[in-house]
Amino acid sequence: MSTWTSDVTAPRSTWFLRGVRAAFSLPGLILISSFIGFAALAKDAGVTAAQAAFMTGTVWALPSMVVLVGAIASGAALPAAMFAVTLSAIRLMPMVMALMPEMRTGKTRQCVLYLLAHFVAVTSWVLAMERFKRVPPQMRTTYYSGLGCTLVTINIIVVTVVYAAADALPSAFSAALLMLTPMYFLTSLWGSARERAGHVAMILGLVFGPVFHIVLPRIDLLVAGLIGGTAAYGWHLWRGKARAA
Amino acid sequence: MSYFSNGAWWWPYLFILVAGFAATDVWRFLGVYLGGKLSEDSDLLVLVRTMATALVAAVIGNLIVFPGGALAHTSFGLRIVAAALGFVAYLASGKRMVVGIVTAELLLLSGLYLNF
Repeated sequence: MSTWTSDVTAPRSTWFLRGVRAAFSLPGLILISSFIGFAALAKDAGVTAAQAAFMTGTVWALPSMVVLVGAIASGAALPAAMFAVTLSAIRLMPMVMALMPEMRTGKTRQCVLYLLAHFVAVTSWVLAMERFKRVPPQMRTTYYSGLGCTLVTINIIVVTVVYAAADALPSAFSAALLMLTPMYFLTSLWGSARERAGHVAMILGLVFGPVFHIVLPRIDLLVAGLIGGTAAYGWHLWRGKARAA
Repeated sequence: MSYFSNGAWWWPYLFILVAGFAATDVWRFLGVYLGGKLSEDSDLLVLVRTMATALVAAVIGNLIVFPGGALAHTSFGLRIVAAALGFVAYLASGKRMVVGIVTAELLLLSGLYLNF
Protein backbone atom coordinates (compact mmCIF):
# COMPACT_ATOMS: atom_id res chain seq x y z
CA MET A 1 0.00 0.00 0.00
CA SER A 2 2.84 2.43 -0.68
CA THR A 3 2.25 5.28 -3.06
CA TRP A 4 5.96 5.75 -3.81
CA THR A 5 6.86 2.26 -5.08
CA SER A 6 6.81 3.42 -8.71
CA ASP A 7 9.29 6.18 -7.82
CA VAL A 8 11.70 4.04 -5.89
CA THR A 9 14.20 4.00 -8.78
CA ALA A 10 14.37 7.83 -9.08
CA PRO A 11 17.94 9.09 -8.40
CA ARG A 12 18.95 11.00 -5.29
CA SER A 13 19.16 14.35 -7.15
CA THR A 14 15.51 14.00 -8.17
CA TRP A 15 14.47 13.60 -4.55
CA PHE A 16 16.56 16.62 -3.56
CA LEU A 17 14.76 18.70 -6.21
CA ARG A 18 11.40 17.38 -5.07
CA GLY A 19 12.32 18.62 -1.60
CA VAL A 20 13.22 22.01 -3.10
CA ARG A 21 9.86 22.05 -4.87
CA ALA A 22 8.01 21.24 -1.62
CA ALA A 23 9.25 24.60 -0.30
CA PHE A 24 7.24 26.31 -3.05
CA SER A 25 3.90 25.36 -1.57
CA LEU A 26 1.17 27.03 0.43
CA PRO A 27 2.93 26.43 3.78
CA GLY A 28 6.13 27.79 2.22
CA LEU A 29 4.31 30.92 1.01
CA ILE A 30 2.70 31.48 4.39
CA LEU A 31 6.08 31.08 6.08
CA ILE A 32 7.40 33.84 3.80
CA SER A 33 4.59 36.13 4.91
CA SER A 34 5.37 35.28 8.55
CA PHE A 35 9.00 36.26 7.93
CA ILE A 36 7.82 39.55 6.43
CA GLY A 37 6.10 40.18 9.75
CA PHE A 38 9.21 39.12 11.66
CA ALA A 39 11.47 41.44 9.64
CA ALA A 40 9.15 44.35 10.46
CA LEU A 41 9.32 43.42 14.15
CA ALA A 42 13.14 43.09 14.16
CA LYS A 43 13.65 46.37 12.29
CA ASP A 44 11.44 48.09 14.84
CA ALA A 45 13.63 46.69 17.66
CA GLY A 46 16.79 48.17 16.14
CA VAL A 47 18.27 44.96 14.74
CA THR A 48 20.16 45.57 11.48
CA ALA A 49 19.36 43.76 8.22
CA ALA A 50 22.58 41.70 8.38
CA GLN A 51 21.89 40.73 12.01
CA ALA A 52 18.29 39.74 11.17
CA ALA A 53 19.49 37.63 8.22
CA PHE A 54 22.10 36.00 10.49
CA MET A 55 19.41 35.31 13.09
CA THR A 56 17.17 33.72 10.45
CA GLY A 57 19.91 31.31 9.38
CA THR A 58 21.23 30.40 12.83
CA VAL A 59 18.08 30.27 14.98
CA TRP A 60 15.50 29.21 12.35
CA ALA A 61 12.47 28.90 14.57
CA LEU A 62 10.06 31.78 14.27
CA PRO A 63 8.58 31.68 17.81
CA SER A 64 12.11 31.62 19.30
CA MET A 65 13.18 34.46 17.03
CA VAL A 66 10.19 36.52 18.12
CA VAL A 67 11.13 35.85 21.76
CA LEU A 68 14.77 36.81 21.06
CA VAL A 69 13.78 40.08 19.37
CA GLY A 70 11.43 40.79 22.29
CA ALA A 71 14.31 40.28 24.73
CA ILE A 72 16.58 42.52 22.62
CA ALA A 73 13.93 45.25 22.48
CA SER A 74 13.41 45.14 26.25
CA GLY A 75 17.17 45.47 26.86
CA ALA A 76 17.47 42.05 28.47
CA ALA A 77 20.94 40.86 29.51
CA LEU A 78 22.46 37.95 27.58
CA PRO A 79 21.70 35.26 30.23
CA ALA A 80 18.07 36.37 30.56
CA ALA A 81 17.60 36.41 26.79
CA MET A 82 19.18 32.98 26.51
CA PHE A 83 16.92 31.56 29.20
CA ALA A 84 13.78 32.89 27.55
CA VAL A 85 14.78 31.53 24.13
CA THR A 86 15.79 28.18 25.66
CA LEU A 87 12.33 27.84 27.19
CA SER A 88 10.61 28.82 23.95
CA ALA A 89 12.64 26.26 21.99
CA ILE A 90 11.97 23.19 24.15
CA ARG A 91 9.13 22.23 21.82
CA LEU A 92 11.77 21.60 19.11
CA MET A 93 13.04 18.53 20.96
CA PRO A 94 9.83 16.44 20.76
CA MET A 95 9.37 17.64 17.17
CA VAL A 96 12.85 16.39 16.24
CA MET A 97 12.25 13.18 18.20
CA ALA A 98 9.07 12.54 16.22
CA LEU A 99 10.68 13.33 12.86
CA MET A 100 14.01 11.50 13.15
CA PRO A 101 12.66 7.92 13.26
CA GLU A 102 10.94 8.64 9.93
CA MET A 103 14.23 9.67 8.30
CA ARG A 104 16.51 7.09 9.90
CA THR A 105 17.29 3.91 7.99
CA GLY A 106 19.96 1.34 8.84
CA LYS A 107 22.49 3.19 6.69
CA THR A 108 21.82 6.79 7.82
CA ARG A 109 24.87 8.46 9.34
CA GLN A 110 24.29 10.14 12.69
CA CYS A 111 26.06 13.39 11.69
CA VAL A 112 23.63 13.84 8.77
CA LEU A 113 20.72 13.73 11.23
CA TYR A 114 22.39 16.31 13.52
CA LEU A 115 22.89 18.64 10.53
CA LEU A 116 19.33 18.20 9.28
CA ALA A 117 17.89 18.73 12.77
CA HIS A 118 18.85 22.41 12.43
CA PHE A 119 16.17 22.78 9.73
CA VAL A 120 13.43 21.54 12.04
CA ALA A 121 10.83 24.24 12.69
CA VAL A 122 7.06 24.19 12.39
CA THR A 123 6.74 24.60 8.61
CA SER A 124 9.38 22.09 7.50
CA TRP A 125 8.19 19.68 10.21
CA VAL A 126 4.56 19.84 9.13
CA LEU A 127 5.53 19.53 5.45
CA ALA A 128 7.81 16.57 6.15
CA MET A 129 5.35 14.72 8.41
CA GLU A 130 2.69 15.16 5.73
CA ARG A 131 4.81 14.24 2.68
CA PHE A 132 7.27 11.64 3.95
CA LYS A 133 4.73 8.89 3.28
CA ARG A 134 5.24 9.59 -0.42
CA VAL A 135 9.06 9.55 -0.14
CA PRO A 136 11.01 6.25 0.02
CA PRO A 137 12.64 5.96 3.49
CA GLN A 138 16.23 5.92 2.15
CA MET A 139 15.56 9.19 0.23
CA ARG A 140 13.96 11.12 3.10
CA THR A 141 17.19 12.76 4.36
CA THR A 142 17.91 13.97 0.81
CA TYR A 143 14.34 15.22 0.38
CA TYR A 144 14.47 17.01 3.73
CA SER A 145 17.80 18.72 3.00
CA GLY A 146 16.37 20.06 -0.28
CA LEU A 147 13.33 21.35 1.59
CA GLY A 148 15.26 22.78 4.56
CA CYS A 149 18.03 24.53 2.57
CA THR A 150 15.47 26.13 0.25
CA LEU A 151 13.22 27.40 3.06
CA VAL A 152 16.16 28.95 4.93
CA THR A 153 17.66 30.57 1.80
CA ILE A 154 14.35 32.02 0.59
CA ASN A 155 13.54 33.53 3.97
CA ILE A 156 17.00 35.06 4.46
CA ILE A 157 16.38 36.82 1.13
CA VAL A 158 12.87 37.82 2.22
CA VAL A 159 14.13 39.36 5.48
CA THR A 160 16.82 41.33 3.61
CA VAL A 161 14.33 42.56 1.01
CA VAL A 162 11.81 43.69 3.64
CA TYR A 163 14.52 45.78 5.34
CA ALA A 164 15.38 47.38 2.01
CA ALA A 165 11.76 47.94 0.98
CA ALA A 166 9.40 50.65 2.19
CA ASP A 167 8.99 50.98 5.96
CA ALA A 168 5.35 51.85 6.21
CA LEU A 169 2.77 49.26 5.26
CA PRO A 170 -0.89 50.22 5.81
CA SER A 171 -1.79 49.05 9.31
CA ALA A 172 -4.73 46.86 8.18
CA PHE A 173 -2.31 45.12 5.81
CA SER A 174 0.22 44.55 8.62
CA ALA A 175 -2.55 43.19 10.88
CA ALA A 176 -3.63 40.78 8.14
CA LEU A 177 -0.01 39.63 7.72
CA LEU A 178 0.31 39.00 11.46
CA MET A 179 -2.93 36.97 11.39
CA LEU A 180 -1.49 34.62 8.74
CA THR A 181 0.87 32.84 11.14
CA PRO A 182 -1.72 31.67 13.71
CA MET A 183 -4.20 30.68 10.98
CA TYR A 184 -1.52 28.74 9.19
CA PHE A 185 -0.42 26.93 12.38
CA LEU A 186 -4.07 26.30 13.32
CA THR A 187 -4.97 24.53 10.06
CA SER A 188 -1.67 22.78 9.32
CA LEU A 189 -1.28 21.40 12.84
CA TRP A 190 -4.79 19.97 12.80
CA GLY A 191 -4.15 18.35 9.41
CA SER A 192 -0.82 16.81 10.37
CA ALA A 193 -2.01 15.11 13.59
CA ARG A 194 -1.21 11.39 13.53
CA GLU A 195 -3.82 10.32 16.05
CA ARG A 196 -6.92 11.71 17.71
CA ALA A 197 -4.84 12.56 20.80
CA GLY A 198 -3.07 15.17 18.62
CA HIS A 199 -6.36 17.03 18.20
CA VAL A 200 -7.05 16.85 21.94
CA ALA A 201 -3.53 18.18 22.62
CA MET A 202 -4.10 21.01 20.17
CA ILE A 203 -7.36 22.16 21.75
CA LEU A 204 -5.84 22.01 25.25
CA GLY A 205 -2.76 23.93 24.09
CA LEU A 206 -4.88 26.65 22.46
CA VAL A 207 -6.67 27.25 25.78
CA PHE A 208 -3.70 26.68 28.13
CA GLY A 209 -1.36 28.99 26.17
CA PRO A 210 -3.24 32.23 26.90
CA VAL A 211 -4.29 31.03 30.39
CA PHE A 212 -0.71 30.34 31.49
CA HIS A 213 0.45 33.48 29.69
CA ILE A 214 -1.48 35.33 32.41
CA VAL A 215 -0.76 32.96 35.32
CA LEU A 216 2.89 32.03 34.60
CA PRO A 217 4.04 34.50 31.93
CA ARG A 218 7.66 33.40 31.70
CA ILE A 219 7.08 29.68 31.34
CA ASP A 220 3.61 29.74 29.77
CA LEU A 221 4.47 27.74 26.64
CA LEU A 222 6.43 25.16 28.60
CA VAL A 223 3.68 24.55 31.16
CA ALA A 224 0.92 24.55 28.52
CA GLY A 225 2.85 21.96 26.51
CA LEU A 226 3.65 19.72 29.46
CA ILE A 227 0.16 19.76 30.98
CA GLY A 228 -1.76 19.79 27.69
CA GLY A 229 0.44 17.08 26.19
CA THR A 230 0.28 14.85 29.27
CA ALA A 231 -3.51 15.23 29.53
CA ALA A 232 -3.95 14.36 25.83
CA TYR A 233 -1.69 11.34 26.29
CA GLY A 234 -3.75 10.26 29.32
CA TRP A 235 -6.86 10.53 27.17
CA HIS A 236 -5.11 8.42 24.51
CA LEU A 237 -4.28 5.67 27.05
CA TRP A 238 -7.77 5.79 28.58
CA ARG A 239 -9.38 5.49 25.15
CA GLY A 240 -7.10 2.57 24.24
CA LYS A 241 -8.16 0.77 27.43
CA ALA A 242 -11.85 1.59 26.96
CA ARG A 243 -11.64 0.15 23.46
CA ALA A 244 -9.84 -3.02 24.60
CA ALA A 245 -12.40 -3.64 27.36
CA MET B 1 25.42 42.62 28.70
CA SER B 2 22.39 43.70 26.63
CA TYR B 3 22.23 43.60 22.83
CA PHE B 4 23.09 47.28 22.40
CA SER B 5 25.44 47.69 25.39
CA ASN B 6 28.65 46.93 23.50
CA GLY B 7 29.77 48.99 20.51
CA ALA B 8 31.85 46.22 18.93
CA TRP B 9 30.46 45.06 15.55
CA TRP B 10 30.68 41.39 16.56
CA TRP B 11 28.78 41.69 19.85
CA PRO B 12 25.22 41.44 18.39
CA TYR B 13 26.30 38.37 16.42
CA LEU B 14 27.75 36.73 19.52
CA PHE B 15 24.53 37.61 21.35
CA ILE B 16 22.48 35.91 18.61
CA LEU B 17 24.77 32.86 18.60
CA VAL B 18 24.57 32.35 22.37
CA ALA B 19 21.00 33.45 23.15
CA GLY B 20 19.52 32.28 19.84
CA PHE B 21 21.48 29.57 18.06
CA ALA B 22 22.78 27.66 21.10
CA ALA B 23 19.47 28.02 22.95
CA THR B 24 17.49 26.44 20.10
CA ASP B 25 19.90 23.90 18.63
CA VAL B 26 20.62 22.29 21.99
CA TRP B 27 17.03 20.96 21.89
CA ARG B 28 17.31 19.87 18.28
CA PHE B 29 20.53 17.93 18.99
CA LEU B 30 19.03 16.41 22.12
CA GLY B 31 16.02 15.38 20.00
CA VAL B 32 18.27 13.51 17.54
CA TYR B 33 20.08 11.83 20.42
CA LEU B 34 16.90 10.75 22.21
CA GLY B 35 14.98 10.05 19.00
CA GLY B 36 17.44 7.27 18.19
CA LYS B 37 16.20 5.37 21.20
CA LEU B 38 12.56 5.26 20.12
CA SER B 39 10.82 3.56 17.20
CA GLU B 40 8.26 5.40 15.08
CA ASP B 41 5.18 3.74 16.57
CA SER B 42 6.39 3.67 20.18
CA ASP B 43 3.72 4.69 22.68
CA LEU B 44 6.15 7.14 24.30
CA LEU B 45 6.39 8.93 20.96
CA VAL B 46 2.64 9.58 21.16
CA LEU B 47 3.33 11.49 24.40
CA VAL B 48 6.21 13.36 22.76
CA ARG B 49 3.96 14.30 19.82
CA THR B 50 1.07 15.45 22.02
CA MET B 51 3.48 17.63 24.06
CA ALA B 52 4.96 19.18 20.89
CA THR B 53 1.47 19.77 19.53
CA ALA B 54 0.20 21.34 22.76
CA LEU B 55 3.26 23.66 22.86
CA VAL B 56 2.79 24.88 19.29
CA ALA B 57 -0.96 25.25 19.94
CA ALA B 58 -0.09 27.39 22.97
CA VAL B 59 1.98 29.65 20.66
CA ILE B 60 -1.03 29.91 18.31
CA GLY B 61 -3.36 30.75 21.22
CA ASN B 62 -1.00 33.48 22.41
CA LEU B 63 -0.60 34.92 18.90
CA ILE B 64 -4.38 35.30 18.64
CA VAL B 65 -5.16 36.37 22.23
CA PHE B 66 -2.02 38.48 22.89
CA PRO B 67 -0.77 39.57 19.44
CA GLY B 68 1.95 42.13 18.70
CA GLY B 69 2.36 44.92 16.16
CA ALA B 70 -0.61 46.10 14.13
CA LEU B 71 -2.70 43.08 15.12
CA ALA B 72 -2.61 44.30 18.74
CA HIS B 73 -4.76 47.27 17.69
CA THR B 74 -7.62 45.01 16.54
CA SER B 75 -10.34 43.91 18.99
CA PHE B 76 -10.08 40.58 20.80
CA GLY B 77 -13.59 39.57 19.67
CA LEU B 78 -12.82 40.21 16.01
CA ARG B 79 -9.66 38.08 16.14
CA ILE B 80 -11.42 35.19 17.89
CA VAL B 81 -14.43 35.24 15.54
CA ALA B 82 -12.20 35.47 12.44
CA ALA B 83 -9.96 32.61 13.61
CA ALA B 84 -12.86 30.39 14.75
CA LEU B 85 -14.92 30.84 11.59
CA GLY B 86 -11.78 30.40 9.48
CA PHE B 87 -11.16 27.10 11.23
CA VAL B 88 -14.79 26.02 10.70
CA ALA B 89 -14.45 26.88 7.00
CA TYR B 90 -11.25 24.79 6.88
CA LEU B 91 -13.06 21.77 8.35
CA ALA B 92 -16.20 22.28 6.23
CA SER B 93 -14.16 22.47 3.02
CA GLY B 94 -12.61 19.06 3.66
CA LYS B 95 -9.46 20.39 5.38
CA ARG B 96 -8.38 22.81 2.68
CA MET B 97 -5.94 25.21 4.35
CA VAL B 98 -6.40 27.95 1.75
CA VAL B 99 -10.14 28.13 2.48
CA GLY B 100 -9.58 28.46 6.23
CA ILE B 101 -6.86 31.07 5.94
CA VAL B 102 -8.62 33.19 3.30
CA THR B 103 -11.90 33.12 5.29
CA ALA B 104 -10.18 34.31 8.48
CA GLU B 105 -8.28 37.05 6.61
CA LEU B 106 -11.39 38.34 4.80
CA LEU B 107 -13.33 38.42 8.09
CA LEU B 108 -10.49 40.28 9.82
CA LEU B 109 -10.12 42.82 7.02
CA SER B 110 -13.88 43.43 6.68
CA GLY B 111 -14.11 43.74 10.46
CA LEU B 112 -11.34 46.35 10.42
CA TYR B 113 -13.04 48.13 7.51
CA LEU B 114 -16.32 48.26 9.46
CA ASN B 115 -14.46 49.42 12.59
CA PHE B 116 -15.24 46.46 14.84
